[in-house]
Amino acid sequence: MPVQYYIFLSIALFCIGVMGVLMRRNAIIIFMCIELMLNAVNLLMVSFSKMWADAGRVDAGSAQLFVFFIMVVAAAEVAVGLAIITMVYRNTHSVDINILNRLKN
Amino acid sequence: MVLSVVALVSALGVVLSKNPVTSVLCLIVTFFTIAGHYIMMNAQFLAVVHIIVYAGAIMVLFLYVLMLMNLNAELEPQKRNWLKYAGAISGGALLVVLVAALRDASMPALSTNATDIGLIKNLGMILFKQYVVPFEVSSILFLSAMIGAVVIGKKE
Repeated sequence: MPVQYYIFLSIALFCIGVMGVLMRRNAIIIFMCIELMLNAVNLLMVSFSKMWADAGRVDAGSAQLFVFFIMVVAAAEVAVGLAIITMVYRNTHSVDINILNRLKN
Repeated sequence: MVLSVVALVSALGVVLSKNPVTSVLCLIVTFFTIAGHYIMMNAQFLAVVHIIVYAGAIMVLFLYVLMLMNLNAELEPQKRNWLKYAGAISGGALLVVLVAALRDASMPALSTNATDIGLIKNLGMILFKQYVVPFEVSSILFLSAMIGAVVIGKKE
């Protein structure tokens, strides 16, 4: 199976995530779409790792470790982000992102 | 490939479904299919970690927050339609540009024979030999994220 197949799959997943961020205004769904984009990148990096492992590189595992670190950062981001969304919901009783216009004042 | 089709359909379901809980469930399906891709590419450790971290921790957190807010009752306020179309069109344009740019790239085919590079033994050797400092920094990041979440979520 060519690597391009995985490239196109992750491009499609990433673009679906971008569309979700642009189209929806529920903050939680926007957050989930960001997770989707991160996962598309992870998938691409694992397929490149497999490609270099097939080519005989011994350090192809580094890419998988980068994926691991991306997962770590995503988990931390979700913890803080959901806390912020909960806080916004507690203050405004809505998760509409247009409410955040008020940050301007 | 069935797995990829399921991944794409459920990813579309995340974006298009009206009910946020349905979105979360579709996203869990997407994560499982991505874990299946990891297994097919001999990244067994990453597949297991992916399922544990995403399906086990992050999505449970999302579901928990959704149920806490009780959003299923209230509908998402309707955005103006042309904004929605503009978002869809710009996302599709990004898709077209990236596919057109990469269509002619020549890449080797992935072999189907197994490599042991994704096993926890090899990854652990790399992690604790070459990437010890990022590992420690990520633990500090986790600690600070945990404290930050508690401080933000605290009632004042």
